[in-house]
Amino acid sequence: MPQITYRKALNDALAEELARDKNVFIIGEEVAQYNGAYKVTEGLWERFGDKRVLDTPITEAAFIGLGVGASMLGLRPVIELMFWSFAYVAYDQIVNNAGCIRYMSGGQINVPIVIRGPANGGTNVGATHSHTPESILANNPGVKVVCPATAYDAKGLMKSAIRDNDPVFVMENTLLYGESWEVPQEEYLIPLGVANVKREGTDVSLIAHGRATITSLAAAEILAAEHGISAEVLDLRSIRPLDEEAVLKSVRKTHRAVLVDENKPFCSVSAQIAAIIQEKAFDDLDAPIRRVCALDAPAIYSPPLEKIQLPTPERVVQKVVGLT
Amino acid sequence: MEALLTTETFADAAINRSLVPERKIDLLRQMFRIRRFEQAALKQYQTGGQMGGFLHLYIGQESVAVGTIFLCGETDHVIAGYRSHGNALAAGMTMNECMAELFGKATGCSKGKGGSMHLFAPDKNYWGGHGIVAGQTPLGLGLAFGLKYQNMKGCCLCYLGDGTVNQGVYQESLNLASLWDLPVIYVIENNQYSMGTSLERSSAYKNCLAARAEGYNIEWDRINGEDLYEIRAKTWTAIQRAHDQSRPTVLEIDTYRYYGHSVSDANAKKYRDPEEIEKYRKFHDPLRLWQARLLEEGIITEPEISELDAAAQAEAVAAVQFAETGPLPEPADILSDVYYEVDRQSPAGRTGKHFFND
Repeated sequence: MPQITYRKALNDALAEELARDKNVFIIGEEVAQYNGAYKVTEGLWERFGDKRVLDTPITEAAFIGLGVGASMLGLRPVIELMFWSFAYVAYDQIVNNAGCIRYMSGGQINVPIVIRGPANGGTNVGATHSHTPESILANNPGVKVVCPATAYDAKGLMKSAIRDNDPVFVMENTLLYGESWEVPQEEYLIPLGVANVKREGTDVSLIAHGRATITSLAAAEILAAEHGISAEVLDLRSIRPLDEEAVLKSVRKTHRAVLVDENKPFCSVSAQIAAIIQEKAFDDLDAPIRRVCALDAPAIYSPPLEKIQLPTPERVVQKVVGLT
Repeated sequence: MEALLTTETFADAAINRSLVPERKIDLLRQMFRIRRFEQAALKQYQTGGQMGGFLHLYIGQESVAVGTIFLCGETDHVIAGYRSHGNALAAGMTMNECMAELFGKATGCSKGKGGSMHLFAPDKNYWGGHGIVAGQTPLGLGLAFGLKYQNMKGCCLCYLGDGTVNQGVYQESLNLASLWDLPVIYVIENNQYSMGTSLERSSAYKNCLAARAEGYNIEWDRINGEDLYEIRAKTWTAIQRAHDQSRPTVLEIDTYRYYGHSVSDANAKKYRDPEEIEKYRKFHDPLRLWQARLLEEGIITEPEISELDAAAQAEAVAAVQFAETGPLPEPADILSDVYYEVDRQSPAGRTGKHFFND
């Protein structure tokens, strides 16, 4: 099976869906003639032209609102945010309009949009460009949020997101764009709401999403090699809808859970997962649930320090070893 | 009564010359319907005990919605802000579905899930009813974009208030509308007050609010909202521009609301002089002026006017009855109409957990 980058996998997904459905179009800052600030949309403008791939001015609230309005007429916009951090200037359009119009219209309208872009820290760009808004957006019923950790997942989830008839927010990661994984050449889809066991284990469940999955896999290697601990790594992939059964199944198997999460700890995705586990699998636990989150401050700039502000394999190992 | 303003030239506009007497009477009928609907809603809000939240009345502004939306064809679309019962009715929504929505009933247009600010009828090209000031302005842009993308000859009339013009996303929308040649018409319903703050205290401008469009190279016009002929003539020019050139327009229509910002506006009579309100009611009321106009043209009689009014009142009474007797949504309905895929129980809607109740 060929190895391709996370970036190329996304690019292939977009190209395939543009070719498949004439109602799909891409808008965002620098997505067309510039080929994408992170080159995710490279070559698409050249191939599909001005009508299907459109450069916008720097005007997130307007172009996201435009996408929502166009989707009400049946179009399927894929809207790039250069950084998900920029969603904050368009919050009303995302939460009130994309998220609530279906409900407020009594189900008369649906909003089949995708908003996508990177949502991660760790690149030394300061607090304003390093947000991980999956937790605050998934807090809103009416929207869906996915966080692919590998090229394979990125492609399959993106294609499902574009075909979904509800608003789907795809949160990518600039630190993963250049990483490669095996991706089949034939078409495949990954449904939203299905988690994936990235590594089988018996002693502890490391439950993560996005790049924290990769951190967890590295931690699992160390745990096996240096501590004789068999860690299972469960990648949520999709935050909302959530594969609750997969979480409970893994915890019932290993009886221990350490949640690894690049969110800040307060009201994070892992806080929700912890609540679900204690409510539904309390008796299966042999130890308290532990979390490894981003350290609870705005993202620091200083490169060596930002590395340790995010979850590291070492912090995960430490937390697992410390479990009673 | 003050003399009617200079309506002659606008009465002579082609779009008005082609207006047959029956349609002129229709305009009056629709204005009566809006006014009587709003008065019935007000009474119910104050005495019925079944309505909650806000109630932003359109009374005084009827000519704006009726005059503009009557020009829409099958491929033209309408979207509005929170003071929009008039726009909804003018777009063809029934009093019953609107009143039942105000009552929070399952028989409301949005099944009681939207309320006063969120009336929707996509089957009538009416896309709401939006509660957040300026939130609708890029949506209107998107509707216009969608029409153009689908190679449809149409436009979107997007309504906003004078208080909306200072929101950033409206300015962003103007920029994209012009840059991308989108057939959107922004209609500023200038009733002179953004809640309790007068125009002078809220907006910096030269000439008028619509004139800001010049900075975006967008055509604009200002309209005397008490003259239906002027509203129709100038709005038609904008619609033709949208249809034929795919270019946006900003229209500012001077109007006035007789009631407070909302029914719960405790200061409704403090931030403006009661004499000012009285002056508008007496001399600038769009219904009175249109009646006078039609009488002068000899196409309606006083008794016929009374009949139109009585019919509108009866329709409003019946709508209250419809709303009162309709069923409430069931508690289980709280969780429907959230996700399209879940509502349809599609494979996507059956995969993973969408709701997180205890």
